[in-house]
Order: sequence, then structure tokens, then C-alpha cells
Amino acid sequence: MNLLRFFVQNHTQVLDLTGEHLRLVGWSTFFAMLIGIPLGILIAHRTQLGRPVLTAANIIQTIPGIALFGFLLPVPWLGESAERLAILALTLYALLPIIRNTYDGIRGVDAAVVEAGRGMGLTESQLLFQVELPLALSVIISGVRIAVVISVGLATIAAFIGAGGLGEFIFRGVAMVDNRVILAGAIPAAILALLADFGIGWIEKQLRPR
Amino acid sequence: MIEFRDVSYSVDGIQVLSDLTLRVAHGEILVLLGRSGSGKTTTLKLVNRLVTPTSGQVLVNGKANDQVDVIQLRRGIGYVIQEAGLFPHFTVERNIGLVPKIEGWPEERVRARVQEMLQLVGLTPDLASRYPHQLSGGQRQRVGVARALAADPAILLMDEPFGALDPLTRDELQREFLLLQQRVHKTVVFVTHDLREALRLASRISLMEAGKLVTVLTPQEFLKSSDPWASAYVHAFGDGLESAANRGTS
Repeated sequence: MNLLRFFVQNHTQVLDLTGEHLRLVGWSTFFAMLIGIPLGILIAHRTQLGRPVLTAANIIQTIPGIALFGFLLPVPWLGESAERLAILALTLYALLPIIRNTYDGIRGVDAAVVEAGRGMGLTESQLLFQVELPLALSVIISGVRIAVVISVGLATIAAFIGAGGLGEFIFRGVAMVDNRVILAGAIPAAILALLADFGIGWIEKQLRPR
Repeated sequence: MIEFRDVSYSVDGIQVLSDLTLRVAHGEILVLLGRSGSGKTTTLKLVNRLVTPTSGQVLVNGKANDQVDVIQLRRGIGYVIQEAGLFPHFTVERNIGLVPKIEGWPEERVRARVQEMLQLVGLTPDLASRYPHQLSGGQRQRVGVARALAADPAILLMDEPFGALDPLTRDELQREFLLLQQRVHKTVVFVTHDLREALRLASRISLMEAGKLVTVLTPQEFLKSSDPWASAYVHAFGDGLESAANRGTS
């Protein structure tokens, strides 16, 4: 009940930090899609690029979050704004699932269907936009879903470099040895992750080809 | 109409097709008969340039097909494959109307054409709004034929179009296809490994083996042929073939 009272007393701050958190996740997911989906399409068509690109994205994924924030901190333009930096780091982490699923989704389209389309005289871009992407869409969205769920969790670390978000409560709570404050960050973050998982999962289901 | 001149094709050092020379006459059904790996599908794909020859030339309507725009070439050639290759996320209507639509036909004309095509292949108009997975195998294959004919191409390429159907449906579609051909007079190249189907549909049968054209015969000639490959086929399929060859030369 202490916790509930804490939420009520600090509701504006909880909402503010949740908003910040969402902004970090939203922008980074947007940029990751902007880069990852075209890249995934590219490597699905030029498969010799597949291994190097996926390996690079894999390596990024293995860098511990705090280390990545640390590495990026001294970079001139980036280091000026903690939010900029956090968004970049989160974008890098979100790339792998998005590239991977775009690649798998496009490669998973029935080769006979693609060849039928090509044989009928569809141009490569018509094939991509009318056949491959629509048929791969649910797999691509499922990659976005994984990326978002990972980002919601990772974004809590952004507070470490002062980029805000629900991680503020968590770091503060750890410093104060106060579980209420830690939970004030952790619970909304968990709820966000679940909502994103559920919501995007629903969209994915609607888009699944029959 | 279609002419192969000394066409060879190899991929990764494997000779898939060697020195193929063959003419397909206007309005005939030329059946490419052979077992898997004999090069018959490759031969078919040479026509619409899904495969580019390593050497030699393929002429379509008197022009080397690598001298024309590949997209225009393909839109002028109907293509039907096994399991129809229908777009699973398109309705029957969008599948059939696709080529006319991307060719820029007005919407009304596309819709009218789709209805006309459905009727031509013996499907009811209410199927237009269905998705391929809601159709039977035979219906899907009919839609595949309708889609290939929609933009009224002069040439039709068919790659084992009836191969995945049950015998009864296959028989029905073969019979209807012959009737259809009497109305539309397309130049058809038809791939199959089924001699019975070849005898029934073909104006001429091109027998292929290991990337080579063995012989070109009418169905009647094929049954009497002393060619070892042809007679091997006839033996493998056993009795009752005479009745299948109902057309002879045409």
C-alpha cells in the first residue's frame, strides 16, 4: 500500500518519465525500422551480403548496454545530448531483430509465387511491393515487436547517462535503497513492455496471410 | 512463333541443355515430355527469359527475345505453373486482373475482363471475391489459366499445370483445356512427364532426355516410333494409350 501511495503522490513524475521512456523507444524503433527493413530486403535479394550484415548486427547485440552508452559518450555531436545518444544506442540494439525478421520474411515467401509473378511480367519493384512485402509483413512486424519489447527494457539504462525515462526511478531507488522507488520505475516499464507485446502481436495477427 | 536456335544452357558447370533447335508453330500445342532433370522446364523458361541461354538464341514472334524489353516480353506471354502459383494474399479477381491492371487498363475494363475469364474457364462469378486457399485444387488451376489468358497473350507457357490434381479433376481440366484451345488458338508450350497427358493434348511431342531433344513426333507417330526413348515411354505407360492419342496432327 506504501507503493500505491507513492504512485499517487508522484503521479506527474511517473507520467513524465513514462512519456520520456516512450519517446526513447518510439524514436529508436522508428530509426531502426528505417534502416533495418531496407537492409533486410537488400540482403534477402543479395544473399552474399546476408552473413556480414547479420554478423555485424549480432556483434552490436553482444555489447553490454552500459558499455555501449559509455563508448558513445565522448563522440562529439552525440555526446552533447543524452537523449540523442540513448536513441542511437537503442536503435543499434533494435536493428538485429528487424533486419533478421525482414530477411527471413522475404526469404520465406514461396519461391514459386515469386517466380510466377516474375514470369507474368511484374517488375522487381512490383514484385517487392505487391508480392514479397505483403507476404512477409507479419514476420517483419513480429521482428519490430521483439525490438520494441527489448527496447522498453533497455531504455531503463538510458537514465545512467541522464537521458531520463523510467530508469530514473530505478537508479534513484537503488541509490536510496528504497524498493518503492525502484518499483515505481520497474512496474510501468513492465506494463509498457506487455502492452507493446500484446498490441503489436495483435497487429501482426491481423496481417498474417491466410 | 517460337524458335530455339542452337540453345545451350549450363549453370555451375553443369550442362542443363545442349544444342536445342526447335520450332513451335502458331496455334499448336507443343508438349515437352521428359523426366525430371531432362531440361523441359528450363526450355520453357527460356521463352519468357526466366532463364537466359549460355549460347544460342530464342526467337519469339520472329525477334530474338533478348532484343526486346523483358517486362513487355513476359506480359505478352501467359505463364501457368503447377499449383497455379496464385498470389495467396490476392482475391481471385485481383489475381486474374493483375497483368491487365499493371498494363494500365481502366478499372471497369479489368473487372469485365475478369468476369469474362472466369466464364471462359468454367468458374462462377461469385468466386471472384474468394482467396486462393478457399478454392479446390481444380478451381485454383482454372484461375491460373484464367490469369495467364487475361491480357490475351498469343503464347501460353504451361509447366505441369495439371500435375498436382487428382485423376478425375485432371481429366476434366485436360478435356476443357482442349475445348478452350479451340476457341482461343494460343501457341502453347506445355511441360509434362505424363505420356498419357502428352498424347491427349499435343499437336506434337518433343521428347527430352538429359538436356537433349531426342525427337519431335505427333502423338500417332509417337506410339509407333522405333526410337528407343519413345518406345521406353510407351512401354512404361503400358496398354490403352491408343485411345489417349485422339488428335494426331492438327
